[in-house]
Amino acid sequence: MTPKLAVFKLASCDGCQLTLLDCEDELLTLAGKVDIAHFLEASSAVGPGPYDLTLVEGSVTTAADAERIRRIRAESKHLVTIGACATAGGIQALRNFADVAEFRSVVYARPDYIDTLATSTPVSAHVDVDFELRGCPIDRGQLLEVITAFLAGRKPQIPDHSVCFACKQRGTVCVTVAHGTPCLGPVTHAGCGAICPAYGRGCYGCFGPAGTVNLPALIPLLRRDGMDDRDTERFLRTFNATAFAKEAGS
Amino acid sequence: MADYDTTPAVLDRAGLAALVRVLAGRGRTVVGPTVRDGAIVLAELDSADQLPWGWGTELEAGRYRLRRRDDEAGFAHSAGPQSWKTFLHPARERQWSADRDPDGQLTIVPDRPEQPAYAFLGVRPCDLRAIAIQDRVLAGGHFADDGYRTRRSGAFLIALECTEPGGTCFCVSMGSGPGVEAGYDLALTEVLDDDGHRFLIRAGSPEGAEVLAELSTDRADEATVTTARTTVAAAAEHMGRAMPPMDLRALMGDSLDAERWDDVAARCLSCGNCTLVCPTCFCTTTEEITDLTGDHAERWQSWDTCFDLDFSLLHGGPVRSSTRSRYRQWLTHKLGTWHEQFGSSGCVGCGRCLVWCPVGIDITEEVAALAEEATS
Ligand code: SF4
Ligand code: SF4
Ligand code: SF4
Ligand code: SF4
Repeated sequence: MTPKLAVFKLASCDGCQLTLLDCEDELLTLAGKVDIAHFLEASSAVGPGPYDLTLVEGSVTTAADAERIRRIRAESKHLVTIGACATAGGIQALRNFADVAEFRSVVYARPDYIDTLATSTPVSAHVDVDFELRGCPIDRGQLLEVITAFLAGRKPQIPDHSVCFACKQRGTVCVTVAHGTPCLGPVTHAGCGAICPAYGRGCYGCFGPAGTVNLPALIPLLRRDGMDDRDTERFLRTFNATAFAKEAGS
Repeated sequence: MADYDTTPAVLDRAGLAALVRVLAGRGRTVVGPTVRDGAIVLAELDSADQLPWGWGTELEAGRYRLRRRDDEAGFAHSAGPQSWKTFLHPARERQWSADRDPDGQLTIVPDRPEQPAYAFLGVRPCDLRAIAIQDRVLAGGHFADDGYRTRRSGAFLIALECTEPGGTCFCVSMGSGPGVEAGYDLALTEVLDDDGHRFLIRAGSPEGAEVLAELSTDRADEATVTTARTTVAAAAEHMGRAMPPMDLRALMGDSLDAERWDDVAARCLSCGNCTLVCPTCFCTTTEEITDLTGDHAERWQSWDTCFDLDFSLLHGGPVRSSTRSRYRQWLTHKLGTWHEQFGSSGCVGCGRCLVWCPVGIDITEEVAALAEEATS
């Protein structure tokens, strides 16, 4: 039996599922290996569940999605969340630190049209997740690795260590030590290949916290390198804001 | 007595440029220091012009800055972000690949790519020692690493004695510098004084003597030999740091329950930088990769370290789940159990781990604190 693949989307920008379409060289082989039963971004033809491998992009921001993710889970043998939205709530989780009712009244002409929860939460806050693939957006190679590992029945080789590992492996000069540039690499999950430091910028934490993190130890460095309280807060409050907030103990 | 000429000679900058040309002419890939992205890195060199002439470094725990010097010295720097292990024991290497044909027959092909014949220009005494240590780990014993062994046995080492140690160097207290006695093909000492900018050069192997003979050099004059000798001797007095003079191996063994590990764990990011820059750390992980077809597999070896949670992952979870236990592993392996495994300390006093630690955790300071705790 050809395994059935499904891709679902909650609150998100579509960038992560686009990564799948972006696997141009491998797409044909993949189509031969799985039956792509549900992937609205690629085709409006929809096949029924149950699905063997379900990829979910996006966070839960409405009561309807909270309900929908339960149905998706019930139809999926393996559920993998992809991207910062699905694994950490995404940039839209900034609302978790603010008053959504106030946003709604300020931003929308007809606030009563907006039906939303007060928070944006990762899929894992609602249902069991078999594997979380991090990144904003996810890395193409890592996505293929997750699918390939699933097809081979093995564990995906996705390291849990910091961006610094990848940074040193590719021979980049550390921007913090050599230039005094603030970098979130030491607390961020590897996966991007340490792109930013390779271009002389600090890591922005797109992949969220690494497997083992000591965020309080990094804060004094950010201060030393010119970030005040507000800069530090903004640096940590991007795509994985809630995940880093947990690490900061705030 | 060596069966080749070990008489010291003198090279000027043009002579050094000729040395690079001669080595390239012998089919060697010359690797040496050069400036890139605000640091002195190691890279393949096409000519001696790429050396960091006139650049120095200012080093502190957690801090590295390039500085323009008042003179044109090419080798007055230390503790760069890489070491020669980048070339001898690369970050990622494929070991074999396997293909399954339609009949289910497996063909496994070991990777034996042609390895470059390196010439390393400017190997510091500490790094020369580090290479000797990695030789014991990776080329000795029952489980030699083929790739390493081939690259290493073909490598030509041009050592460089230290005349200006950095603020983070402590090779003297680890017994690995600032001069060199053996283990090189050629050894250089940079001399800069009123008589000019020149290099004292001597051979340490038959091939070294052969290369030297290809260069038009003058026999070293007495003054240059003396200046070189006294500057290196003086360098020993100018180490930025020192390891406490004691039996470190015993200290490590006695410190397993020390409170200091909690103190350092509160500061440590567990980012792994110290182990990745350390010239003796050799640990790797192995990945087996399949492709979508399921008919092609590859085995890759890549750097890994004891700061990685997965490094000690056994059934049920990582054995060293706390930063305390991971930092302790690094230090006690480096300075303690390394002796039992490989017959020496695993630290050569190069200072890289403290320079490239973002939060500046200093191995000499941690050891001093452990020593104090042990005696109090
Ligand atoms: S540049 Fe950033 S990611 Fe790279 S080693 Fe330095 S702190 Fe780590
Ligand atoms: S432990 Fe630190 S000082 Fe010692 S060899 Fe390694 S990097 Fe150099
Ligand atoms: S200190 Fe850690 S990374 Fe280095 S050799 Fe020992 S176990 Fe390996
Ligand atoms: S000692 Fe420094 S470099 Fe090493 S893991 Fe800890 S923070 Fe990173």
